[in-house]
Amino acid sequence: MKTINKSLDGLHSMLVNKEISCTELTKAFIKQMHCCEPRIQAFLATSEDTALMRAAEVDKKIANNESIGPLEGLPAGLKDNICMQGIPTTCGSHMLESFISLYDATVTKRLKDAGAIVLGKLNLDEFAMGSTTESSAFHPTYNPWDLERVPGGSSGGSAAAVSACEVAYSLGSDTGGSIRQPASFCGVVGLKPTYGRVSRYGVVAVASSLDQVGILSKTVRDNAQVLNAIAGYDPQDSTSITANIPDYTQFLENNVKGLKIGVPKEFFSQELTTDKAEVINKALETLEQLGAEIEECSLPHMKYAMAAYYIIAMAEASSELACFDGVRYGHRAEANDMIEMFKNTRAEGFGQEVKRRIMLGTYVLSSGHYEDYYLKAQKVRTLIKEDFNQVFSKYDALLGPTNPQTAPKIGESSDPLAVYLEDIFTIPANLAGLPALSIPAGFVQGLPFGMQLIGKHFDEGLLYRIAYTFEQNTDHHHQVPVLLREVN
Amino acid sequence: MKHVAHLARLKLNEAEIDLYTLQMNSILEYAARLQYIDTSNIEPTTHAVQLYNVMRDDEVKVSLPQNQVLANAPEAEDGFFQVPRIV
Repeated sequence: MKTINKSLDGLHSMLVNKEISCTELTKAFIKQMHCCEPRIQAFLATSEDTALMRAAEVDKKIANNESIGPLEGLPAGLKDNICMQGIPTTCGSHMLESFISLYDATVTKRLKDAGAIVLGKLNLDEFAMGSTTESSAFHPTYNPWDLERVPGGSSGGSAAAVSACEVAYSLGSDTGGSIRQPASFCGVVGLKPTYGRVSRYGVVAVASSLDQVGILSKTVRDNAQVLNAIAGYDPQDSTSITANIPDYTQFLENNVKGLKIGVPKEFFSQELTTDKAEVINKALETLEQLGAEIEECSLPHMKYAMAAYYIIAMAEASSELACFDGVRYGHRAEANDMIEMFKNTRAEGFGQEVKRRIMLGTYVLSSGHYEDYYLKAQKVRTLIKEDFNQVFSKYDALLGPTNPQTAPKIGESSDPLAVYLEDIFTIPANLAGLPALSIPAGFVQGLPFGMQLIGKHFDEGLLYRIAYTFEQNTDHHHQVPVLLREVN
Repeated sequence: MKHVAHLARLKLNEAEIDLYTLQMNSILEYAARLQYIDTSNIEPTTHAVQLYNVMRDDEVKVSLPQNQVLANAPEAEDGFFQVPRIV
């Protein structure tokens, strides 16, 4: 356990100093995976053999005294909506149960180029729709901090695997909070980068104007190192941005003096109970003592964000998922004609949450409702963006809770609208395309609780700086789940 | 609901129709709050980080070989995707 529960830098220097071979290190993570998986179930598929082959190659390089990169030989996991050539990408759905990826997603390719060793594909809510990972068609994932609770979602497997030390870091995707919320529930660091910063090529889309690939890691520095590897322009993704990518580790200074941090009062609405507000207030005090200027501000249209978000997300989802028709890939149902085949295929292949969203999305896009719902939501999206422009003319970053709750128990979340409302603090950043980072802020009744930093477009570096400073001056990220103390 | 299900190419059973009607009503009722905002002079946002006319040169590039493209197909024959009778 001591071997693998290290930062990426720590693991890297063990390899470079030949304290452990890459094969031994990979085996240690695989052993951890075997210990934890019966209880956590973060993985949908593992790629142990390829991982060990890749590790042997890294060992050869080290033996020849060749230099290795910061991620080289270190084990990673991919959310199972990110393609990796030759292995399944199921999206947690029966629809894609037998689908084998024909190519690497750009982020997968970039991780491979950086020498990462992919240990497997991680569980998620079906087609990333949900916030508990319970809607996966295969099995739920359990929170390493409390096995009766969900890890959050939709990147629940990605967060649980990092938290349980089964991988050194993982990639997830975030459409309305799907990286940040599970990061908060599992006590890890989760970044949703600026829209367009990271390529989405080869990642199964559910809401193209909102989806973004991001990183779950144990520390802020780890997160920055992985962003260095995956960020940047990709001609295969027409929404990716050509701007230069800085070295994100440069921003990691233990200093927030003079930075202006706005705290939107809407984040402290009735949804947030006192004990959770206290954790965030304490974090704000810490940052203030370290020299940051903290001030209350307002995002007046935030109360409309939820409604606008779900209309846009469901409209886009109904359109994106139209490609699952049983013709080119995925499940096909028997039928006598084409239309019946489409209908039966989709009825059998999709689960309840996916069908519900397709129905709602189709409704708000249908003739007679388009203007009242979809177009209206897009206009409200403009107002929400303008709210952010306003506050960012005055503040360097915003801070608040990542979500209103700590992890709920398995089976507790049944009313769809109530579940959607839990995303209230994370969705504004998706609507405005802003980078947002969740880091452990403290604990409420033994469960991790995250705080969220939101920055200007392309200002991931500043978020890392604030988060790093907080991390260096607190010890929340050093806490490990009880499970880890048990399995070792 | 049946019309929307047809548009979405989804076969729903009666229980699903009842459940979704109930759930969609409550979600749409919640979404009705948007109607109270005056957006008469507001332009819609389609993408948060706006890009215009992303173009590339019209060049033929290597694509996946036919057998691979068909590898995931539920049914294929003679290099084609096979589907049930259309007409």
